[in-house]
Amino acid sequence: MTLAVNTPLALTPAPSIVPPAGRFTARELDGARILCECLIAEGVDTMFGYPGGVLLPLYQVLGEYPEIRHILVRHEQAGGHAADGYGRVTNKVGVCMGTSGPGATNLVTAIATAHMDSAPLLAITGQVGRAMIGRDSFQETDITGITLPITKHNWLVMDTADLAETIKKAFYLCQTGRPGPVLVDIPKDVFQTKTYFPGYPTEVKMRGYSPTIFGHARQIKQAAKMINEAARPVILHGHGVIVADAYKELAELAEKANIPVISTLQGLSAFPTAHPLSLGMPGMHGSIHANHAINDSDVLIAIGMRFDDRVTGNLKTFARNSKIIHIDIDPAEIGKNVATAIPIVGDVKNVLQVLNKHVEEKTHADWLAKIATWRIRDTQRRAADMERRGIMQPQFIIQQMGEVLGGEAVITVDVGQHQMWVAQHFNFRRANSFISSGGLGTMGFGLPAAMGCRLAIKDETVPVWTVTGDGGFQMNSQELATLVQDDIRVKIAIFNNGVLGMIRQWQQVFHDRRFHSTPITGPDFVKLAEAYGIRAWRVTDKSEVAQVIKEANDWPGPALVEFVIPEADMVFPMVPPGGSNMDAIEEA
Amino acid sequence: MPTTLTERLHTIIVHVEDEPGALNRVVSLFRRRGYNIESLSVGHTEEASVSRMTLAVRGRDEVIEQFTKQLYKLLEVIKVTDVTEDNTLVREMAIIKVTADKPESRTEIMQFCEIFKARVLDVAVDSITVETSGPEEEVERFFGLLRRYGIKESVRTGRVAMARGSVAVGAI
Repeated sequence: MTLAVNTPLALTPAPSIVPPAGRFTARELDGARILCECLIAEGVDTMFGYPGGVLLPLYQVLGEYPEIRHILVRHEQAGGHAADGYGRVTNKVGVCMGTSGPGATNLVTAIATAHMDSAPLLAITGQVGRAMIGRDSFQETDITGITLPITKHNWLVMDTADLAETIKKAFYLCQTGRPGPVLVDIPKDVFQTKTYFPGYPTEVKMRGYSPTIFGHARQIKQAAKMINEAARPVILHGHGVIVADAYKELAELAEKANIPVISTLQGLSAFPTAHPLSLGMPGMHGSIHANHAINDSDVLIAIGMRFDDRVTGNLKTFARNSKIIHIDIDPAEIGKNVATAIPIVGDVKNVLQVLNKHVEEKTHADWLAKIATWRIRDTQRRAADMERRGIMQPQFIIQQMGEVLGGEAVITVDVGQHQMWVAQHFNFRRANSFISSGGLGTMGFGLPAAMGCRLAIKDETVPVWTVTGDGGFQMNSQELATLVQDDIRVKIAIFNNGVLGMIRQWQQVFHDRRFHSTPITGPDFVKLAEAYGIRAWRVTDKSEVAQVIKEANDWPGPALVEFVIPEADMVFPMVPPGGSNMDAIEEA
Repeated sequence: MPTTLTERLHTIIVHVEDEPGALNRVVSLFRRRGYNIESLSVGHTEEASVSRMTLAVRGRDEVIEQFTKQLYKLLEVIKVTDVTEDNTLVREMAIIKVTADKPESRTEIMQFCEIFKARVLDVAVDSITVETSGPEEEVERFFGLLRRYGIKESVRTGRVAMARGSVAVGAI
């Protein structure tokens, strides 16, 4: 059996800097240095931050630790997204930092983004001195209170002696079980107070936290039986496959029993787009054949996903003919949105390894033939998209990016139409190469996330691109300066249609064509980039697309390409919000 | 999954780490996920560093199951036990300050106290303050009897619960 599988990038570790003598030995240290020692012990090589009053004791000593590269962002939100991107693409913890008050609140959107997408993010915030807490002091804010519902956990460290253990717990929590963001709030005088530092703790004890890794053996056997007896099974997988590094196991299950694979937005790139069993994305902007396959299936194998409303549409009509097997590491996801026939709580990789042993080889020829008849519509629509004359279609640009950049590229996206077009039209050949704010839908995510990815991937021959819109780009365009200051070679593709395209699309279809507040003015993006010292191109004609993508990609520095696309282009298919996935609109 | 349509009152015991913010996290969970909480009481346990909460939550069984799982996601939560189906002692305590400005009402109130095994805590010229404890329905009935005299002030603890027999619902 040959296995067609997307594999992740082999990430080469940063060249290790030999620690000075005395490092990692027990001694008296202040909190700021203890924090640095802890970060180095965790292998942190990059962090994204912005200094401020209460963080000064930390920045005072940061220069002593060349192992940590500190990237000065232009806004803490971007620092948060950059650390998030770093974390997602490496499956390690990304670290961001902000000062008390506004520095901390600016991180909130980034923390919420990471929380919704289960990304391992550590946010370190400075807090006013302990004696000042609770007095409405200058730049004081209750950031642990604010981030309580959007973190996996958070701590306010009130004693320097607790700092090392708290950092250890924070890293452990970020990246085990279902990953997520953790915030550690550190008062200024905790940074300054000295304490005996016995070295970084080697183990953590938290009696309230023990993720289930191994699935229940009997449940897995029952699931295998159900799969073996199924006539029309489908796999619906999400981001959990990426988090668990279960690409091979997913491909093995699909190929062994010839089960079609549907990937949620966040699961895209885990399974090769071009694989004959790949049906692409389901849901609101999913392919017709993916939604039909879910609707007609008799067994739905849900792997590492959470039945988001953009995936299911109207829950009453979702997978109404299917028995659902739900595999997820978070027990609270089981039964949250849909009723499950067989729940399996555990790490996706471990569960699939056991499950695959019990799953029998099948052809499912009739079922796959039936899906192929639905797929024709998708093929025809794609062809029609490409054949529209006289305009430069966004779908065409994305398809060209796939061809020019090859299988190595990592693509981050913003939120909106371009995000869906990339999801629908990019040929993903590398696992974990698509980074997107799927859950929170954060505009402004793309550029800073690409910064994080670029710094995480040390191999400069791997292209890192962000595809963004003229709206989303303007939400964090200040980071162009960061790209220049730290020579971060991110390539930016702006799909400029002069409107907030997805919102405009909804106005057109559902809100009486009242295009209020969706036309949006932007700067001359080429001049803007050039003002920062970034090489830039504007593309208005189809014939230039491939050549400019190549030039920008080869340019030895950050680069920006503005693609001028039609204002009224829409994303299809489209399921009306709350509607059944079987009622997708294919034109308007 | 069998689905039930009827909502009912569940008694849930939660053992949590006695840390700053633990109560805040539990309460915040109710609010943001829209759970319908009727009472909450919290106090120390036999074990240092562990607090015990008793929650009365109304909802369908599968909603309560989801609630339990969400509680477990909180780091401070050590153990969640739904004792609704168990043979459980459920008690509530109330302190009531009732108007008693006439001799006959004073006598009647004292008689009710005797029947309900309520304790008189304080007596003033125009009021009596009493303490009662028992199953919630009993406390409710006692309230009902006193209401006609005029309740000036009252406080209730909310339900606390413990399993009968020698089995202990501990933190571990």
